[in-house]
Amino acid sequence: MSSGEAGWEERSVARIVPPIRPRKLAKVPFVELAEGRLQGVVSSGSSATRVYVSSIEAETHDFNCSTNNNRPCGGAQGSFHCKHLKALIDEAVKQYGLERVARYLKVEAAEGDDLHSLLNGKLVKAPAAVVFSRFLRHLTYLKVPAGSEPLPEMHWFPALKAVH
Amino acid sequence: MQGVQLAELVQTPPGVDEAMEAVAGFDAALADGLSRLGPRHSEAVDALAGAVSASPLGAAAADACGELAVGSISDTELSALAGARAALLGAVHDALLARLDGALGRTRAEWEEHPADAQEPPANLLAGARSWLRELAIAGWRGVDEELVSAADQTLEALWAEPRLRRLAVLLDGLAAELRVSCPVATMERIPERRWADLWTRAVLLAHSGSWTGGAAAVSGRLLPLGVDVHEHGTAVQAQLHAVLEPRGDGPVRLVRAAVAAAKVDTIVGPEVWDLLSGHPTLLAAIAERRAVDIADMPLTADGDLLWDEERAKAGEPADPFATARVRLPDAEAPAVAPLDRHPVRIAEPVLVEGYKAKRDGTFDLGGAAIDVDADRLPPSGPLTPQLVNASTACIGLLRWDAGRWTLQPLAVRSVAKKQPVEAHNGDWALGPTDPKAAKALARSGSAVAVLTERAGKLLRK
Repeated sequence: MSSGEAGWEERSVARIVPPIRPRKLAKVPFVELAEGRLQGVVSSGSSATRVYVSSIEAETHDFNCSTNNNRPCGGAQGSFHCKHLKALIDEAVKQYGLERVARYLKVEAAEGDDLHSLLNGKLVKAPAAVVFSRFLRHLTYLKVPAGSEPLPEMHWFPALKAVH
Repeated sequence: MQGVQLAELVQTPPGVDEAMEAVAGFDAALADGLSRLGPRHSEAVDALAGAVSASPLGAAAADACGELAVGSISDTELSALAGARAALLGAVHDALLARLDGALGRTRAEWEEHPADAQEPPANLLAGARSWLRELAIAGWRGVDEELVSAADQTLEALWAEPRLRRLAVLLDGLAAELRVSCPVATMERIPERRWADLWTRAVLLAHSGSWTGGAAAVSGRLLPLGVDVHEHGTAVQAQLHAVLEPRGDGPVRLVRAAVAAAKVDTIVGPEVWDLLSGHPTLLAAIAERRAVDIADMPLTADGDLLWDEERAKAGEPADPFATARVRLPDAEAPAVAPLDRHPVRIAEPVLVEGYKAKRDGTFDLGGAAIDVDADRLPPSGPLTPQLVNASTACIGLLRWDAGRWTLQPLAVRSVAKKQPVEAHNGDWALGPTDPKAAKALARSGSAVAVLTERAGKLLRK
């Protein structure tokens, strides 16, 4: 049911959102391609209650990394990525695949390339609060009150086989 | 299902092609936006209204066309057009299902309206949803950008918090996610016109007055599982069991369903989705261990959905789904379909096929007639693979129809390996993967559910 098929426009069921690959979430619990950025939340190596909010702009590849309380990360300076940004990029590639991340960031990358070395932006302050609140919103899905109704609309969303 | 039955099934009922043509015309108009209808799209929208002119919707649909022509697009017009489109697809659904019942000799209950609990849904939430759906209709899919998709964020958040509007929340969140990854839609090579118009139409109907899931009557008896259909998008998962109910006392043996669902996030994938449904241990055990379930006074809706209640369910003896499909399914009475749920996508009729040849082109040849096997619909949360399907000699599946074509969606297959019968069922991993390779992969990635639940517990204050 790929978009290359004849009659695809006439299908009620089609895969539009590319599948996501499973990955370990402990280090980088949240990654997304949204608001024109690759952004996410990275666990602190030293504190269980602190997290870092890291982001990289599409096109300019300017980046930022700070705690969720807006304290700048000491590792990200000038044109240097800190370990949080590196982890963010690595996990994004695991989750979405290199091609999709590169396309979103508007960078030319071939399979096997180290995406991190192709991003030549500089440190530019960006608000961590927005990304952090998106992470919290993401987590609220796990706290959604249970419903009891069957959901007939889910017939439009079959579980489709994994793509390797 | 026999070859001769299949040969009868695949003959398109009269009127289906014409109805789908009228739908396609409207879908193309919606892709360009209803605010700037050129002559071609105006004609298509008029044709949609014309197709329902003899129905009670006729006058409202005709009025809507008139208003659209002068550039007025309010909820009234959109509801009328969504209603007209849904009515046409409902008629297509009815024709296809009647053809299926005729071909298979399946009896189906008459539709009976049970009064639902009178609950006023929160009007402000419905209004919020309608307002976003109106913006989408005005812009058309080609006009959708990130800003327009994000405009739904607050509405979605509020919808999810309201269990009575779960159907709408799940649907709109699924649509929003698809639009988001497709932004800007104008640059897409091909637009899934039918699909998005389907989702939009259903959302307009659900945003009109909330869910229409009907009231239920209590049933007791023995539930014999046939197979599990798994539905999933980024933020929701649903496992729907198809089963035969042997009622205690009088009444026919019936074909029923039991669905349980949960909200999730996109990083919870594969066999882990079962963890989210672990609040239904009796149901999951029945699925994973292929057991019967004794149910006592469990609510059953007029359209055949058990409203699952663990308190009213007790796991019973082992029950082989293939035996149930062979012995009980042919005489089971199928449920009617709720009028507003009628759409070809909702057709999911369990059948047993045996004695076929699995061909290289992905079809099962039943002798004289062949059916396409939907190899995409093999959930990553279960053991079925294209290889198992190709090697199979018996299959419990769901008959489905999309874009003019019937397909068979496998729920369970039986094959012979090393002279031993081997079975694989979609729900085999409901209590955790039974396949060592899958269990190892799950252990390697660690539990996403556990990690995220722990974070949620720490970070989200109630």
